[in-house]
Amino acid sequence: MSKKQHYTITVNGKEEEFLAEPRELLIYTLRERLNITGPHIGCETSHCGACTVTIDGKSVKSCTMFVAQADGKDITTIEGIGGPDDLHPLQAAFKEHHGLQCGYCTPGMITRAMKLLEENPTPTEEEIRFGMAGNICRCTGYQNIVKSIQAAAVEMNAAKEAAE
Amino acid sequence: MIPAAFEYYRPKDMAGVLSILEQHGDDARVMAGGHSLIPMMKLRMAEVPHLIDLQDVGGMSDIVIDADVIRIGAMVTQHDIIDHAGLAEAAPILREAALQIADPQVRYMGTVGGNVANGDPGNDMPGLMQCLDATFTVVGGDGERDIPARDFYEAAYMTAREDEEVLTGVSIPLPKGGYAYEKQKRKIGDYATAAAAVQIIKEGGTCVAASIAMTNLSDTPVYSDAAGAALVGTQVDGAAIKAAMAAMLGDIDPSEDNRGPVAFKKHVAGVILRRAIERAWSRA
Repeated sequence: MSKKQHYTITVNGKEEEFLAEPRELLIYTLRERLNITGPHIGCETSHCGACTVTIDGKSVKSCTMFVAQADGKDITTIEGIGGPDDLHPLQAAFKEHHGLQCGYCTPGMITRAMKLLEENPTPTEEEIRFGMAGNICRCTGYQNIVKSIQAAAVEMNAAKEAAE
Repeated sequence: MIPAAFEYYRPKDMAGVLSILEQHGDDARVMAGGHSLIPMMKLRMAEVPHLIDLQDVGGMSDIVIDADVIRIGAMVTQHDIIDHAGLAEAAPILREAALQIADPQVRYMGTVGGNVANGDPGNDMPGLMQCLDATFTVVGGDGERDIPARDFYEAAYMTAREDEEVLTGVSIPLPKGGYAYEKQKRKIGDYATAAAAVQIIKEGGTCVAASIAMTNLSDTPVYSDAAGAALVGTQVDGAAIKAAMAAMLGDIDPSEDNRGPVAFKKHVAGVILRRAIERAWSRA
């Protein structure tokens, strides 16, 4: 009944064209079709946030979007934020402050934290905890996740000030 | 999780939406943010052979605050509500409630229209809209009509909206007085065990008007006229609050589920309502 459709999405600045059924969940498009495996599948029920990506300036759980909805959109995943040779200050801060244990939730955490700091560059601890409430860490390493985001905020604000 | 296959449509205007609805009847459904519908489709508890995505329709994303009424388009998200300074000033209860819905990611996608039209007793906006005496606007083949929020909900997922109609926005009389939205939930992202929306008007130390609605304590939201009436003419002291709680308990009909047995839900409903009344009164 539902035939494959032609879709175009931009992921981390690269335009991707492919055929897929509209019902395909965006997380599967990213991971299995485009081999962008940074976003993880944790719960697959819109709770854990491991699959968080940024779509047109919003933090979105990519397990809760059909690929058809994402057609024409601009998507950023953890791969677009920084890599091993050019860590983003958030990635560097998570490394420095032990913001990850098993690391499974980390891509979603950092992708969400990026957007949080964009909207609120100087969050309090409470605002970080509230703003990160859609991401679950199965190691329960929240203390250090909060510390990492706080440290990254300081670093990013200093860099911004230096640039001005 | 793979939902059943569907035909996907992304029409550019409402005429396009309505013609698909007319053609396919209840085999078609509209979707805004999808954060209620998609999980149900993934679980195959909802089957939607024809899915109409409203994202390109336009004209339903505005928040307009007039002298005596607030109009919120159906595609306005929870995030938009939280972010709107004018709305936080004009109707702070909306922001207080929206902050308690789901989590940040879900609030970027979840819409007011989806939340009120879905008819899930767990959604927070229906009870809130009943408290505020809002009106929902729906459009269909025969044009627009307005339905009061207090008359909209018939049973779980059953509303006064016809299958071929689309809910396009809500109108809220500018709220007056003190407010509170109080919600007990087990964890972030959960629906309420019990939630209460309260608006109270105080004049010279006496309550002259009170509006109370409860969430997830029946198969529809519950607007409790009797609970509000129990506060009117009082100084909202302990006895008046107890009377309002008793009146509210007479109007709800909770059922046992994984949030607890009936007796527990009634207990929580009372506690939540008391807290909401106390906070609303302190702000009145």
